Amino acid sequence: MPEANESLSPWARFKALPVDSTPKTILVAVGLCLFCSMIVSGAAVMLKPIQEQNKVLDKKRNILQVAGLFKDGVDIDEAFKAIEPRLVDIAEGKFSDAEDAASYDQRAAAKDPARSITLEQDPASIKRQAKLASVYLIRDGEGQIEKIILPVHGYGLWSTLYGFIALKADGNEITGLQFYSHAETPGLGAEVDNPAWRGMWPGKKVFADDGAVAITVAKGIPSADKAQYHVDALAGATLTSRGVDNLVRFWMGEQGFKRFLDNLKAGAV
Amino acid sequence: MSESKKEMLLDPLVDNNPITLQVLGICSALAVTSSLKVAFVMALAVTVVTAFSSFFISAIRNFIPSSIRIIVQMIIIASLVILVDQVLKAYAFDISKTLSVFVGLIITNCIVMGRAEAFAMKNGPVASFLDGIGNGLGYSLILMLVGVIRELFGTGKLFGITILETVNNGGWYVPNGLLLLPPSAFFVIGLLIWAFRTWKPNQVEARDFKIIEQEGGH
Repeated sequence: MPEANESLSPWARFKALPVDSTPKTILVAVGLCLFCSMIVSGAAVMLKPIQEQNKVLDKKRNILQVAGLFKDGVDIDEAFKAIEPRLVDIAEGKFSDAEDAASYDQRAAAKDPARSITLEQDPASIKRQAKLASVYLIRDGEGQIEKIILPVHGYGLWSTLYGFIALKADGNEITGLQFYSHAETPGLGAEVDNPAWRGMWPGKKVFADDGAVAITVAKGIPSADKAQYHVDALAGATLTSRGVDNLVRFWMGEQGFKRFLDNLKAGAV
Repeated sequence: MSESKKEMLLDPLVDNNPITLQVLGICSALAVTSSLKVAFVMALAVTVVTAFSSFFISAIRNFIPSSIRIIVQMIIIASLVILVDQVLKAYAFDISKTLSVFVGLIITNCIVMGRAEAFAMKNGPVASFLDGIGNGLGYSLILMLVGVIRELFGTGKLFGITILETVNNGGWYVPNGLLLLPPSAFFVIGLLIWAFRTWKPNQVEARDFKIIEQEGGH
């Protein structure tokens, strides 16, 4: 037998090995891994453009929804033409033309050290904040600003919640709050998407008369004078509610859009 | 042959159902059944993954070294699940948002792995494919049944269409909130298993032990 084996070519000898032998095991493992990784990465690369398009559409739809411009069956790209994207320099509180507003990616900018700052005080747990923020304006027939839509994000229980808050032109009265991306617990924290809960936001005021951020998400029934700043927390989702409270207060505060809103009111943007 | 193929497809629906008889894949059945639409997509995804993973594993079963066979099965299943996830993200974005992590968790669904190990490693690709479809359908059947009960009595709707007008919207039906929470699926599945075993008494397992009757006690 040994002689017969030696006369065979290396390939034939390899083929004669049992399936469980080490060389064949390694060959199967490597071959399968290569094959599967090619399939998976091929699919990911091919489907990426469609997925990106979906994400952009979904974001636009959320902006339209929070602005109250969305109806079932409406052409999203068409309806979005009524909305004017702008960039705001958060520290200065003024509009900025440093980058193109339509293609600016705030999430990518927040990861870029040159275009973002590290937060010392970080109640929303976002670690880095982009210097520029994408805001969206809706103007009435005479070109006056009617609504301002501001991007907000912060950490809930499991995930960072990304969303929009829409304010009236006075920069104080909320007309809507909506999250377009999060991974909170379905049925509990994910109830931030519940229309009934979202319905509690319109009409609430962000700032008290003295200019301090007054809006809170909390449990219980507030006293009559606090009611206009109070949104009831979600039952069974204490940490998500706290996260929403923190992120709204952060983005409306000094580190967020307060300076911009003050400037806007004074007409100095 | 045609008779046995039919059996392979239909047997797992009632007589050898993966959930009620084999008690596999319970975890995802709890998570995704609060709305029918989501349950339907999940059922479809599991059926596709089970069928194709069984097919591919069976096709290469004679080359799989037994020392790494579980890893080989996992790689094939995981690749298919990632494919399904990517396709859903591209063509059913809203549903993939609601399903979120559960699509990825198909990898851990015991049905897929169970059929690969128990059937596909020993049978031909076509038979394994049919077995995968059959077991996927068996899973789907239970998922849809649980989904109908939970969505109908939890929200008064089916596939999002109002059937029972709820009190909140000015109707008469007071929805049972418990049915929307995951534990309720345990009750519903438990009751289904009871119903199946009353209907088909041969599914009842033999007792592990017998309770001895006490003699002359008081």
